Amino acid sequence: MNNQDNLSRRRFLQLTATGLGSIYLLSQCSQPFSKWRFFTNAEARLMDAIADQIIPPDEWPGGRESGVTNFIDKQLAGPYVRYQEEYRKGLLAIQNSCETRFRKKFEELKWDEQTAFLELMEAGKMKEASWKDEFDKTFFALIRDHSMQGYYGSPRHGGNKNNVSYRMLQLDYPLIIGQNRYKS
Amino acid sequence: MENRKVNAVIVGAGAGGGVVAKELSVAGMSVVLFEQGDWISYDDHTNDELLSQRTTVLGNSCGPDDKRYRRVNVHPDGSSHIVLPSEGDYNNNAACVGSGTVTYGALAWRFMKEDFRMKSVYGHVAGSTIEDWPISYEDLEPFYEKAEWELGVAGEDDKNPFAPPRKRPQPMPPFTHNKEASLLKDAAHRLGLHPFSIPMLRNSVPYNGRPACYRMRTCIGFACPVNAKSGTHNTVIPVALQTGNCELRTQCIVSEIIVNELGAITGVTYFDKDKRKKTQLADIVILSAAAIETARLLLNSKSKFFPKGIGNENDWVGRNLQGHDYPQAFGLFKDEIYDDFGPGSSIAVCDFNHHNPGIIGGGYLKNAFIRLPYGISKVRPPGEKLWGKEHKQFQRMNFKRIAEVHGPYQQIPNFEQRIEVDPAVKDFWGIPVARLSGKTHEEDIKGCKFMAEKAEMWLKEAGAVLTWSSLGISNGVNAGQHQAGTCRMGNDPKTSVTDKWGRVHSTPNLFVADGSLHVTNGGFNPALTIMALGFRIGEYIATEWNKGNRFK
Repeated sequence: MNNQDNLSRRRFLQLTATGLGSIYLLSQCSQPFSKWRFFTNAEARLMDAIADQIIPPDEWPGGRESGVTNFIDKQLAGPYVRYQEEYRKGLLAIQNSCETRFRKKFEELKWDEQTAFLELMEAGKMKEASWKDEFDKTFFALIRDHSMQGYYGSPRHGGNKNNVSYRMLQLDYPLIIGQNRYKS
Repeated sequence: MENRKVNAVIVGAGAGGGVVAKELSVAGMSVVLFEQGDWISYDDHTNDELLSQRTTVLGNSCGPDDKRYRRVNVHPDGSSHIVLPSEGDYNNNAACVGSGTVTYGALAWRFMKEDFRMKSVYGHVAGSTIEDWPISYEDLEPFYEKAEWELGVAGEDDKNPFAPPRKRPQPMPPFTHNKEASLLKDAAHRLGLHPFSIPMLRNSVPYNGRPACYRMRTCIGFACPVNAKSGTHNTVIPVALQTGNCELRTQCIVSEIIVNELGAITGVTYFDKDKRKKTQLADIVILSAAAIETARLLLNSKSKFFPKGIGNENDWVGRNLQGHDYPQAFGLFKDEIYDDFGPGSSIAVCDFNHHNPGIIGGGYLKNAFIRLPYGISKVRPPGEKLWGKEHKQFQRMNFKRIAEVHGPYQQIPNFEQRIEVDPAVKDFWGIPVARLSGKTHEEDIKGCKFMAEKAEMWLKEAGAVLTWSSLGISNGVNAGQHQAGTCRMGNDPKTSVTDKWGRVHSTPNLFVADGSLHVTNGGFNPALTIMALGFRIGEYIATEWNKGNRFK
């Protein structure tokens, strides 16, 4: 993409955004190179780190590798459009709190530090003003639930890549007795 | 072009409406059957756990959609919020031809004798509108039989000593059990309970031109890929259409019942699929839109003759909204109990339905339908981690070691659990939406505790090394798919909306034929009862019509 294209695209998006006031378009406006539908590249990196904390990789792939971020991104541009604001606000608040406490981004923290941070959110013990009215608790519960949907739900929605959770649970799909698509 | 006037308009092609449509059209009456949704098949959504009628996180696979539909939910503290159909508080029923009967678990219960005489059996309950039905089990028995044979039911009622008397057995042999259900069956015998194979509106053998169930993992929440589940969409509605007397008009939203200058009901107005407002005139109007939407339609039909809505002279329309509480228990087993022989839910006991000291009503208990991976990710013993490494390990270790026993507790009806129409919020068509308020009666807590304890006991006896339970009572309205009660039938027009034939007291030609009529909702899934009422009301209307009664 050359500079002129980029400018005209930016201009176009600004105009559209002004006209419609859409949060979705605004996000694309500030991050024209994002490969995501809703997330900025930076947000997606953070989402990957959180997804791995919620469903950590072990003998089986974790949340990041199985496409949890892609699942949530896809839904936020679809049926979960109503959660867009919450994600934008919540992800920013996580990075701000990490900056205040560690002078680092969440994804740069050590594994155990990340876990401890999310446990504080889960318990509703974040102190910063951006977490008031139990936003820490509700936002964590939201990401946790959406991550489980991405990992354990049908691959057609963008998560559960290569049927990872179905294979992990030894569930044959399709569900016709005697057929197992995973065995060669 | 104007629509031709017909003998009868039926609003809603679900369990009740589909049956009535068949009864009237076979008897020679001309019928228009309205349905807000469309035909749906398995191929539309397959067995996608996240987009089904049961786990609706990404939407209702059979509708209604989140874009056009709204309801308002009032909280116990008086505040309210707008709910979407994919959210649990919406208390959704499917919007498609056949409605809930396409994707239900297809449990085919007859209510017990006591369920029609709750006040006589249990007396007055403070804070409740508990009452006897104006009809008895004996009145409905022939129509239960009709429903069982015309739609198709598998079962073994002879093994259930608590089953009400019947003249004819169920038409198909009972379903066999998987490993989990077999363990529970033996355990029930050891406990002195009386287990039996659950009656199902699902083919255990080929029946009526449709094949037998092939025991998939997924069933409830999904359309059946081989049409083994019996709903109105693959039984009575096709029969109605085949007569040539019934026109099914899909994707139509009925907005109001219309009244002429003399105050007589003459038909309905509706929006077609292109949102064009139209009129359909008819001699008789029958509402089968389920407890919430039927009441909403009556309340939205205001005129100088019916200033508070039709049938609402005494403020009873929309009152006594009921569903079921679902007390449940989980058991964790040492060995794998899951053998992938679907769809689960085959063993039940009725020992806890009536005649348990201190408990009003009660309900049956059964093993649950197979829970899918996302569903199980939320099932953990108290204190267990809800995310992280331990959570994933638990899921992997125990997915095939968890059994669930639960059952519907018969809600104690109360006047304050209700639907109204919201003064401000409107749907896509500009029609005021349903506003749900109230909560379950406190008597429910006692009953649910009792049932949850029994469920845990049953699982322990079956070999569970760890059990835990919940009462399954919602903090607000708890109507769900089993919604009932909002147009109670009764002999006294002051304390009911319709007579014992489902005819609205204050009008000669307006009927209700769905769960709205239920005075009380039994400790059972209500589908077969709604169908039986449909057969009874349909037969009554058709017989009277052919005798020359024009319901004027």
